[in-house]
Amino acid sequence: MKEDEYTDIDFSDITTSSHLSRREFLKSLGGGIIVFFTVGDSSLLEAQRRRREYPEDFNAYLRIGQDGRVACFTGKIEMGQGVITSLAQMLADEIDVALESVDMVMGDTSVCPWDRGTFGSLTTRFFGPPLRAAAAEARAVLKELAAEYLQIPSGRLITKDGVIFDKNRREKQVTYAQLAKGKIIERHAKEKPALKTVSEFNIIGKPALRRDALEKVTGKAKYAGDIRLPGMLYARILRPPAHGAKLKNIDTSAVEKMEGVRLVRDGDLIAVLHKNPDEAEDALAKIKAQFDVPEAQVDDENIFEHLLNNAPRGKVADRGGDIASGEKLADAAVEETYLNSYVAHAPIEPHTALAKIEGNKATVWASTQTPFPLKDQITEVLGFASENVRVITGFVGGGFGGKSRSLQAVEAVRLAKLTGKPVQVAWSRAEEFFYDTFRPAAVVKIKSGITNSGKIIFWDYGVYFAGERGSQLFYDVPHHLTATFGARRGASPDPHPFSTGPWRAPANNTNTFARESQIDIMASKADMDPLEFRLRNLKDERMLRVLKAAGGKFGWAPSKAPSGRGFGIACGIDSGSYVAIMAEVEVDKKKGHVQVKRVVCAQDMGLVINPEGAKLQVEGCVTMGLGYALTEEVHFKGGRILDLNFNTYELPRFSWVPKIETVLIKAEDSPAQGGGEPPIICMGGVIANAIYDAVGVRLFQLPMTPERVKEAVASRARSAVLTT
Amino acid sequence: MRENVSFKLNDKSISLTVDSERMLLWVLRSDLGLTGTKYGCGEGLCGACTVLVDKRAVRSCRIAVRDVKAKEVLTIEGLAKNGKLHPIQEAFVKADALQCGFCTPGMILDAYSLLSENPQPTLAEIIQNMDYNLCRCGAHTRIIQAIQSAANEMKGVEQR
Ligand code: FES
Ligand code: FES
Repeated sequence: MKEDEYTDIDFSDITTSSHLSRREFLKSLGGGIIVFFTVGDSSLLEAQRRRREYPEDFNAYLRIGQDGRVACFTGKIEMGQGVITSLAQMLADEIDVALESVDMVMGDTSVCPWDRGTFGSLTTRFFGPPLRAAAAEARAVLKELAAEYLQIPSGRLITKDGVIFDKNRREKQVTYAQLAKGKIIERHAKEKPALKTVSEFNIIGKPALRRDALEKVTGKAKYAGDIRLPGMLYARILRPPAHGAKLKNIDTSAVEKMEGVRLVRDGDLIAVLHKNPDEAEDALAKIKAQFDVPEAQVDDENIFEHLLNNAPRGKVADRGGDIASGEKLADAAVEETYLNSYVAHAPIEPHTALAKIEGNKATVWASTQTPFPLKDQITEVLGFASENVRVITGFVGGGFGGKSRSLQAVEAVRLAKLTGKPVQVAWSRAEEFFYDTFRPAAVVKIKSGITNSGKIIFWDYGVYFAGERGSQLFYDVPHHLTATFGARRGASPDPHPFSTGPWRAPANNTNTFARESQIDIMASKADMDPLEFRLRNLKDERMLRVLKAAGGKFGWAPSKAPSGRGFGIACGIDSGSYVAIMAEVEVDKKKGHVQVKRVVCAQDMGLVINPEGAKLQVEGCVTMGLGYALTEEVHFKGGRILDLNFNTYELPRFSWVPKIETVLIKAEDSPAQGGGEPPIICMGGVIANAIYDAVGVRLFQLPMTPERVKEAVASRARSAVLTT
Repeated sequence: MRENVSFKLNDKSISLTVDSERMLLWVLRSDLGLTGTKYGCGEGLCGACTVLVDKRAVRSCRIAVRDVKAKEVLTIEGLAKNGKLHPIQEAFVKADALQCGFCTPGMILDAYSLLSENPQPTLAEIIQNMDYNLCRCGAHTRIIQAIQSAANEMKGVEQR
């Protein structure tokens, strides 16, 4: 991902034939020892087969080069989540080289095999194991070669730091570089590889600093917007004031006379281009355009009603027992509705792309989480042969799901084609908000009941338009039903006035907020401490363990809520990891302001590859989660987005950040699970529960803004007056 | 207005003929190719575009080139000297004080400005000073640690 890596592999070598032979492919890599492996299910290989640009029986590979360096080629990308470090750790450990000897070549469609995209905390979980298997195979090959080279039985050989030596006579040794020299050796990872065991790890499980830090602290790291090409132009595109608006009339005369400005009009695409981005912006401001804006039907107030009115029939996601019987057995029941607004991804780097077209070939640098699907899209737009389109992903300045869609790159490609110049399209902050695929607004309705002994006896759960992830109940409840109404995406007709999409731990933030709030309400009804209530209603060992670990670290002393202490709990499961979070908040009743003072997060994520990286992700999740819990919501009127910058759309700041303590459960014998998303799911619920514990008011809508908190406090005071 | 503008950039004198009302951010990024300075909001709300002008942190998206005439501008590219990281950069690396890294140059330069004014800031002073720099990845905790350890590291050592 360094700048020169964009160019050091000759594009034409790799893609001249529509179906590369294995030999050609190996040669194009510069020889060495290459181990192919397959990641994921056969549908992924099928997708690659259809594109016919690679040999067909693998979708990832690593190479031990003639210089002894080990490179891993993967379609995954680095956007801050740290896989550039954790994947390298797995590879280095299993193959026995120093971490510094590993190169990660990521997200370049010409040298990396097909990949669906980087999201869903999948990289470590699903890419890690086959990567380790391939590394183990590579080590086995090296040992065979060394045995021959040194004339020593392979059983006597030890591998360490890129060197193989005789365990009896250390000076009898050979390096990986020597063994790879002048060779082209091809292997496949074994189905049942001999992997290292936990006690043999040297690098896995040890904290490692980020490998991209040096480039990032010196300003050398290249993001899509930092690529400069001779003759390139910067484009600014005319945008409608609202989704669904239609251009009525336009006057571009002022721009046509401007020096150095190029005006392009191609159907719906109207753009001005200049050799400087700010001057393109000035030119755009001179275009006079009027739009017909459809009358607003929905806004941020009535959207929930609208969603419920437009909900399709429910789909049962999970069920057990029988709700009607459960209801009969219940001694008390609680029925509540939970809401959450649209939330933006708001990475600090807006969507950006640079497109260069030469003849029938296109190269696109894009900030994207999905380089390969983007390549397909560009191929279609241009009508080029697939092998003539290359997407290169440098560093990505935050994604969180929002860069799964990359319209900006398609715009850049169209403009590059029309102008014959390399064109950069970098969205402004306003465009970033306008075209974001927001986390959908959603509604959850829960009816649940308990017995006098504090056992949950039934649970009737319906989630509208958030999605299924995280909706399955892990509490031990005999009669339960979970239904989803309207998918997170692809509902038809789409009830949302603009695009929605995956947002860090899609659906699970909504589901966990609702579930964990409801659990606390029941704990209060049962007159029980919320931790004790959870422990009583759980059988899942892993969940019990994280709850107890969090309680120990936090110093949780049992008390019924509201205790006035401002303590909250929430727990959940995401991407295979179990998390429990406890928080302490302070609520300013007059201003409605909530300050989170302390957060303890216990997480069971199986084998931890990089404990430091894992903690970083926990802290990131906790901090980012403060936003959707407390302030982040998109204001809109019909298709008009009212938040267009950070002045009205408030992201978490330094002054909001609590003391964060992380406990990683020792579970090295179970497979590595996701770490980039799980803790964020608890943030809405844990803060809602802590607010209740502090001041005795319950918030049913996210975000819990000062206005909503103030209003809840006031309405509680009003009802207290009425009842006395 | 197109005019000649001279200033010091990363310890070298430079002179440009530009429309001097253009914002420094764009002149740095497109005319001069210094892409370490980032655009995040364009309205002084995020801090990604921070540079130092006469050692004070300034939002380069809000300052015109003519306003840096005859001044000293330092961007992230000019902070490390002779291949040696500045102690603040060093501290960011050691504390893992970054994730996607897009806010990082601005964070480092704002921290630099703080420490040159107030070499031993309290936690509250660090928070107050950094509160208008946004980080979406949530690296805040580590950034604070990095600034604290840089302050300790630089104690008694004269600022460059
Ligand atoms: S880009 Fe200048 S403050 Fe955000
Ligand atoms: S590290 Fe990504 S925005 Fe700060």
